[in-house]
Amino acid sequence: MSAVSPVSRPGLFTSSLAVLQKDLRSEWRTRIAVSALLLFAFAVLILVGYAVGPANISKEDRPVVHSVLLWIVIFFSAMTGLSRVFVHEEESGTAAALRLSAPSAAVYLGKLLANLALLTLVLVFVVPLFLALMSFSVACWPLFLLILLLGSVGLAAASTFTAAIVSKAAAKGAMFPVLAIPLLLPPLVAAVAGTRIAATESEISAGLDILQLLLAYDGVVTTATFLLFDAVFRE
Amino acid sequence: MGNVRLLLQWFLGLAMVVIILGAFLWARPAASFVGQSSRIVFFHVPQAWVAFLAFLVAAIHSGLYLKHRRIENDEAAAGAARLGIVFCVLATVTGSIFAKVMWNSYWNWDPRETSIVLLLLVYGAYLGLRGAIEEPERKATLSAAYALAAFVTVPFLMFAVPRLYSSLHPDTVINARGKVEMSTDIRVVFFSSTAAFTALFFWLFSLDRKVSRIVREASLRHEQELAA
Repeated sequence: MSAVSPVSRPGLFTSSLAVLQKDLRSEWRTRIAVSALLLFAFAVLILVGYAVGPANISKEDRPVVHSVLLWIVIFFSAMTGLSRVFVHEEESGTAAALRLSAPSAAVYLGKLLANLALLTLVLVFVVPLFLALMSFSVACWPLFLLILLLGSVGLAAASTFTAAIVSKAAAKGAMFPVLAIPLLLPPLVAAVAGTRIAATESEISAGLDILQLLLAYDGVVTTATFLLFDAVFRE
Repeated sequence: MGNVRLLLQWFLGLAMVVIILGAFLWARPAASFVGQSSRIVFFHVPQAWVAFLAFLVAAIHSGLYLKHRRIENDEAAAGAARLGIVFCVLATVTGSIFAKVMWNSYWNWDPRETSIVLLLLVYGAYLGLRGAIEEPERKATLSAAYALAAFVTVPFLMFAVPRLYSSLHPDTVINARGKVEMSTDIRVVFFSSTAAFTALFFWLFSLDRKVSRIVREASLRHEQELAA
């Protein structure tokens, strides 16, 4: 027994980063999720820009309509690509290997980070284009960026958990938005309201309630899904 | 035991009749409401309460399932959700009728209307998920995990958003001033109706659990007969 050298298990942080690295590398080889997300976002942006545009709505309606449209673009783009992190593992039969090689906490954190990276890429692509196409003017940039950040963390956490569930169910593509929408309605409602405030008010304090709500949601949902993930992943 | 159950069922039926009579004949309509519309409080609020209670029961049984892995808990969670969606639809419809009388529009996205729709969506998604998984244990685990995840997100729309936006909805029973503001007749009918609706839910729930047990035992016996 003593001849066997003890295998040191890597810590949670190291193994999460390993899962993230694996996901980013395999995504880089095919670029399926990235291209699905970006093409979808681009198509919706063109449609919205053409149909609504900056000129077709009166000036006072713009903050409301634009903040709703921005989050619709972000939300539905997320729904097209974020389920892939787990659905792909189940379809290619690599889920069992992943279960053996990393603790489920590390898998969850790694996948969450991978989805966040994907979502950040979408935001970097969508937001400037949206601002340009719709001539959407932001009055309070810190508030706008904080809302985008907190909104996408909540979006990524709930979607990653939902993706883990649907990857084991039938009709995965249809079930993903069905399960994700009830979980995501509260932060989306808050994010839309916050974006509207960021477009009209120049003080960050005007959106403080919304930021608190989003922060609380992100904290609660990330913790709850982190704790529940083990049961889902090992099923 | 059976006699006590029967007695309780008769008592519940009788109580419901008395409550309905009291709601329409004894309690006076509240002053600040259009016509007789305040009487809906005796039915709408208990229904909404049961819709939430059923979700709480489903979440508790989901948690118990994940802890002990007993299929009875999964059946109980599913049964509570099936009953909950019925009460949720009833609360939505009665609320919508009240909104038409009071605010002249069936639906105006009042925060409370939005939150009951969210609960309806959660119930729908939960039951939809159950329909999409064949294997019983996998169905139980995944739907329990989803119910618990939904359980922590529902309060955000339930409690946080109505406080951020102004609402036309009459004060909830426990209001910001922390006391019940109802006249005695309304209060008596209202609280007995809430108690009766709660008892109705638990009675239906116990029937549902009994049916699930019979179905499970019958299918087990069927399997044993096939094996023999």
